[in-house]
Amino acid sequence: MIGAGVTPIAHAPVDWYAIAPEIALFAAAILIVVLRSVARHDPKVHQASMLIAIAGVAASALFTGVQWAFVHSNGPYQAMSGLVAVDGFGVFVKSVILGATLLALLLSGGYLRREHLESPEYFALMLCSATGMMLMASANDLITIFLSLEILSIALYVLAAFDRRRLSSQEAGLKYFLLGSFSSAVFLYGIALVYGATGTTRLSGIAQFLAKIVLLHDGVLFVGLALLLVGLGFKVAAAPFHMWTPDVYQGAPTPVTAFMAAATKAAAFAAVLRIFVGAFRLYDVDWRPAVFGLAVLSLLVGSIAAVVQTDVKRMLAYQSISHAGYVLIGVQAATDKGTSAALFYVCTYAVMATGAFAIVMLVARRGDDRHELTDYRGLASARPVLAGLLTLFLLAQAGVPLTGGFVAKLSVFSAAIDVGQYWLALVGMLAAVIGAFVYLRIVLAMYAPPDDEAAPEGPRIVVDAGTGVALTIAAGAIVFLGVVPGIVLDFAHAATQLLAR
Amino acid sequence: MSARNLLDLAWVIPALPALGAVVLLLVGKRIGEPKAGWLATALMALSFVASVVAFFALRSLPPDARSNVSQGFTWIQAGTFRVNFRFLVDPLSSTMTLFVTGVGTLIHLYAVGYMHGDERFSRFFAYMNLFAASMLVLVLGSSFLLTFMGWEGVGLCSYLLISFWFERNSAAVAGKKAFITNRVGDFGFMLAMFLIFQKVGTLDYSALGALPKLPQSAVTAIALLLFLGAMGKSAQLPLHIWLPDAMEGPTPVSALIHAATMVTAGVFLLVRAHVFFDLSNHAGTVVAWVGAITALYAATVALAQNDIKRVLAYSTISQLGYMFLAVGVGAYSAAIFHMITHAFFKALLFLGAGSVIHGMHDEQDMRRMGGLRKYMPITAGTFIVGWLAIAGIFPFAGFWSKDEILAKAWVSHSYALWAVGAAGALITAFYMTRQVWLVFYGPERWRDDAGLVQGSGDAHEGDEVNVGGAHGGSAPHESPWTMYLPLVALALLSVAGGFIDLPFTNQKLNVLDRWLELPEPTTVSHFSTGLVLSTVALVLGVVGILVGVAVYRNGLRRDGTDPGVERLGGFAGVLQNAYYLDAGLARFVSGPVTAFARFLSDGVDRAGIDGAVNGIAAGARAGGGTLRRVQTGLVRNYALGIALGTVLLLLYVATRVSF
Repeated sequence: MIGAGVTPIAHAPVDWYAIAPEIALFAAAILIVVLRSVARHDPKVHQASMLIAIAGVAASALFTGVQWAFVHSNGPYQAMSGLVAVDGFGVFVKSVILGATLLALLLSGGYLRREHLESPEYFALMLCSATGMMLMASANDLITIFLSLEILSIALYVLAAFDRRRLSSQEAGLKYFLLGSFSSAVFLYGIALVYGATGTTRLSGIAQFLAKIVLLHDGVLFVGLALLLVGLGFKVAAAPFHMWTPDVYQGAPTPVTAFMAAATKAAAFAAVLRIFVGAFRLYDVDWRPAVFGLAVLSLLVGSIAAVVQTDVKRMLAYQSISHAGYVLIGVQAATDKGTSAALFYVCTYAVMATGAFAIVMLVARRGDDRHELTDYRGLASARPVLAGLLTLFLLAQAGVPLTGGFVAKLSVFSAAIDVGQYWLALVGMLAAVIGAFVYLRIVLAMYAPPDDEAAPEGPRIVVDAGTGVALTIAAGAIVFLGVVPGIVLDFAHAATQLLAR
Repeated sequence: MSARNLLDLAWVIPALPALGAVVLLLVGKRIGEPKAGWLATALMALSFVASVVAFFALRSLPPDARSNVSQGFTWIQAGTFRVNFRFLVDPLSSTMTLFVTGVGTLIHLYAVGYMHGDERFSRFFAYMNLFAASMLVLVLGSSFLLTFMGWEGVGLCSYLLISFWFERNSAAVAGKKAFITNRVGDFGFMLAMFLIFQKVGTLDYSALGALPKLPQSAVTAIALLLFLGAMGKSAQLPLHIWLPDAMEGPTPVSALIHAATMVTAGVFLLVRAHVFFDLSNHAGTVVAWVGAITALYAATVALAQNDIKRVLAYSTISQLGYMFLAVGVGAYSAAIFHMITHAFFKALLFLGAGSVIHGMHDEQDMRRMGGLRKYMPITAGTFIVGWLAIAGIFPFAGFWSKDEILAKAWVSHSYALWAVGAAGALITAFYMTRQVWLVFYGPERWRDDAGLVQGSGDAHEGDEVNVGGAHGGSAPHESPWTMYLPLVALALLSVAGGFIDLPFTNQKLNVLDRWLELPEPTTVSHFSTGLVLSTVALVLGVVGILVGVAVYRNGLRRDGTDPGVERLGGFAGVLQNAYYLDAGLARFVSGPVTAFARFLSDGVDRAGIDGAVNGIAAGARAGGGTLRRVQTGLVRNYALGIALGTVLLLLYVATRVSF
């Protein structure tokens, strides 16, 4: 009984519907953990938990679809007193995250069996992380963004170190954890400063505040903004906050690497776009040069440093830095066109990165350690289909026409040129030229005759059903995105229009 | 069916070889040799028939309506940006399809014989068909972007075909080189497209007819960027380095790609976008001079080459230089004219060289040939036709087209360009004569190894039974009919090809000029001027040949030295190494550029930032001391890296803040 003198604690009304996709994922995660604790250790439990995870993703996708239908007819809105936005933008990013999660789950089943790491917790962790990403995609408040950042990161730290017996995996987890916490702290400090300057953490509130009031002393706001950029720049692996990327991507179990590259980037870029292009659009003259700098650095460092690598997984890791640079080109335009170009790029990158890492995972075979270029020699004659698929994914990453990568690059470049950023487009194209060289090295290695003496034959490459399905989906998607990009481009365009402001 | 309905079916032209590529890639192994080759050839022939039909359909239209854009589908649509997948048939693209499919068919036929016994026979034809399809998309595309798509496809196929024998390391390296060099050019093309889209608002060619008023700087920038793209594809200085190495591919590839079709894409692009060159004040001059210098440069390099295919490769670069010279002075139809005749005679020469290599059991060094006309009469006869054509002897095809380019340079008052071009023509006649004499006339040097410079490196053990020396005793032999039939056809075209555009405007014999309807800034107004210029060109060709014959009458000297090269003295080495441009570039790329990359990865990323970080850390250590015990390992460095980045951002912020 609440006494007359006690005021009830005010709490925001919970709009279950607005967070239904996240709840579905999280419920599946809890179900897996419960199952794990009541059932005995059994391969079947492993199988079942993977199926539950996929079902969770499917349910979440269903709710996301319902949200899209609703937003499409009724327009975007803010739920839970503004903590969460239900809008087209969120739906687009959530679709990308769900797709990437599904592909990562499909890859993981066979991988864990191969490495004798079967355990249901893996799937629960991946779903937790995905929940955080989904929440980040629809966050409309700096606090929500921070919470989701932590939810997604903590699960990822564990996932990166999941292969306990491999030293490099442990190292990856620890490094990611230490540096991640460091950048989270910086991010949190940024939130505090922005709150101090504007008196609110709601993104829409910040935008309204800045529209009404001209700050005479904007130092606090700008420093806060810079710190936010550091925190998110770390998560998207943009230079100069990228140094963890090669080590962590290389050490983490490969399906986790794919998941990190595809889904984490999508979620973090959603936050970048919401904060910078959404809330701080009025100050774009001030933040655009900074993002410009990050983009140029990422493009160049990512592509040039990849040239001298001999480890394919590391090459792709460096290239992922450069891909972050391309997305930043779209962000930097600070226009609707730039935003939808960035969204399209993130979506395409999710597909091509997952596809490429999937093949890397297969070629690595038992032990997940055959990543050298020499391990790829003769792949074309031994496994022509796998070599062909990897060629496709690499060509897509290089931006060859009729693959999604081409359209993605084209749209970010044209967004940059629309706002007169010729130099940025120029650097982007330069990075693409260098990148093409890197991809060509891998392709050449695959089509070179096998080294008979040098590399002793490892175990046969086994493609399990889940990986097969994932590869088929990814290959189909990347060609689809390249040949009829209109559908997804329209979706990205509409998503940008339906942004809750 | 009306002519326009027929032209709407233009997609059939690239679709046929594309279909071939798909079928051969999927079930090529099962089709096997030689059926796979025949299938590919038949589809190319059908594509040629379709091109002929399209040509006549287009001709039946009134001259001012000869442009048809077929209905297609929208490929990319994003806001105002829209790309349509449509094909444009107009006199220019129709002409291009005719010679791409025509010459392409002959080369496919030839390859059926040439690739006999290769274990990846069907794969080869799949690539060839794919290449032809890309080239046709390039030519028929109705917008810059579609052309670019074909452009990239052509680049990719060329890479696949050059490194087709990837077991040979040099082939793999050459493929890579071609790909990378072309990417540099593509970079220019892409920038040009963005600029065009920015300034014109669309990438469709239809917009080029009615351009909005553009500032001079924009027009020149677009024109020069397009030219950069063309330089990569068409091997102009200094982006020519890939073409000589591309000879590592099978000879039909050299003929198809590096003589007849792919390299002409750059010329085509500039003619297609000629508006920008018309409007720009200076772009044309740049193009003309790069072309002229390339023409002269490559001709001199060809003087001292010993590989039969390398001579032809440099000669291709040189002839492409003439085409760019023509584009630069605004003589677009002369450029196209030379492109067509060059496709005939250069394909002929390459295929002839292939036939020689085939007959000589894979020998490519001209110093080990000689006297072959007795053994390969058809190859020799047709090759000689090609030689006369490229040397510009009346009435062979090359005479008319080269003469037209030089005449146009003269009448546009670019006398210096004319002089450079004329000098190139003289040298061309000379080095081609050298080639013909070393290969087909003179003593049969393949019989004895004594006169060879490099000794008998590849004489096989167990050959002692044979009298014939290094080549396993069997004398050179004529090639099968699949190989010499294309030679004969191309020889006929090299004789008669010039008649499609005779320089007599009043008798209306300038068929190609009137068909293409491209702007001609100047025409040769006085018949006498034309006659004098033609005579001068002819005399230059004849002099080149006579000097060549005089020098190489007896082939090589007794001690194996080259009498022509000998006379060049110290300069010969420079020429043999193509002025060291290639080696210089390679050293630059492998030296500083790689070092820079390593520096970024190890230096900046590991040593640089780490080092800076370490420096700070060392400072901190010196001061505080306690830090050292707490923080060890790389993570510390990474974290400090992030901190450094943050500091940089904050420094930037400090410049924007109003306190």
